[in-house]
Amino acid sequence: MSIAWYLAVSAIVFSLGAIGVITRRNPLVVLLCLELMLNGGNLALIAFSRMWGNGDGQILAIVVMTVAACEVCIGLGMIVALYRRHLPIDVDELRELQG
Amino acid sequence: MSQVIFFIAAIGVISGAVGVVMLRNPFYAVLALVAHLLSLAVLFLLLRAEFVAAIQVVIYAGAVMVLYVFVVAYVGDQTQPLGERIGAPGAVGSRLRLGGLLLAGALVVELLIALLGTGLQAIDGKGAGYTPGPQAFGTPAYIGKLLLTRFLLAFEVASFLLLIAAVGGVVLARRRHGLDEQEEEDLLVPMDLLRPGSAGTMAEGVGRR
Repeated sequence: MSIAWYLAVSAIVFSLGAIGVITRRNPLVVLLCLELMLNGGNLALIAFSRMWGNGDGQILAIVVMTVAACEVCIGLGMIVALYRRHLPIDVDELRELQG
Repeated sequence: MSQVIFFIAAIGVISGAVGVVMLRNPFYAVLALVAHLLSLAVLFLLLRAEFVAAIQVVIYAGAVMVLYVFVVAYVGDQTQPLGERIGAPGAVGSRLRLGGLLLAGALVVELLIALLGTGLQAIDGKGAGYTPGPQAFGTPAYIGKLLLTRFLLAFEVASFLLLIAAVGGVVLARRRHGLDEQEEEDLLVPMDLLRPGSAGTMAEGVGRR
């Protein structure tokens, strides 16, 4: 398969993630869709890494995965904190971060 | 053969992504993301990224998704209010949704033009040459050598980032309103003889000794 096919799949996955981030209201699903966008980026990185026969793209993909894990950790911590304070679990209702 | 595997995996990747976006129940969305990640690992294998595919399955589809499932179970089923509001006629949500779809459609067109219309010759090829071996491209030995030589700084920064995120997660999700009544009762259990103070109990979590 030529590299272009992988890049097309990565673009589609990234855009699907963008749809989810824009339209969904549950912060848990918004986080899941952010993961989709990061995965689209990862697929493009690894495809380009294969294209040049160079490992740099794979290292960058691993770093992206690390950042995604950190983002999940903080994001889920914030959702648990919201739930503990009996705030609505809905990104449209949450307009301020204070308090 | 690799083309058949590519199309099966690509269909899995895209349908998993559609499932994450479309499914109402967050729990099913997490399961769809697991399917998406497993199919993506197959694509990584086709691109000779063996180590990245392995950590994708073990860490992403394993550990991170378990964290998601726990939080979905803890927060509970949020399906109902979501469906009600978006289904309501004339709601703001439906217009925003249409706008989001248009924006994402423009985004996919732009990305495809940017990625596929670059005029790079190599994009139509199958990639650089590959010779199998114990230290070939994408194996753990290759990645480890890169991580500990050229990318040592990135490696160390990532480890600090993980430490900061772990501490931040504990600080964000700690309980703030003290202990419940029944937890204050001091029951003597055999573990108390082995550990100092109230270590490892909820009393430590709220900063009381």
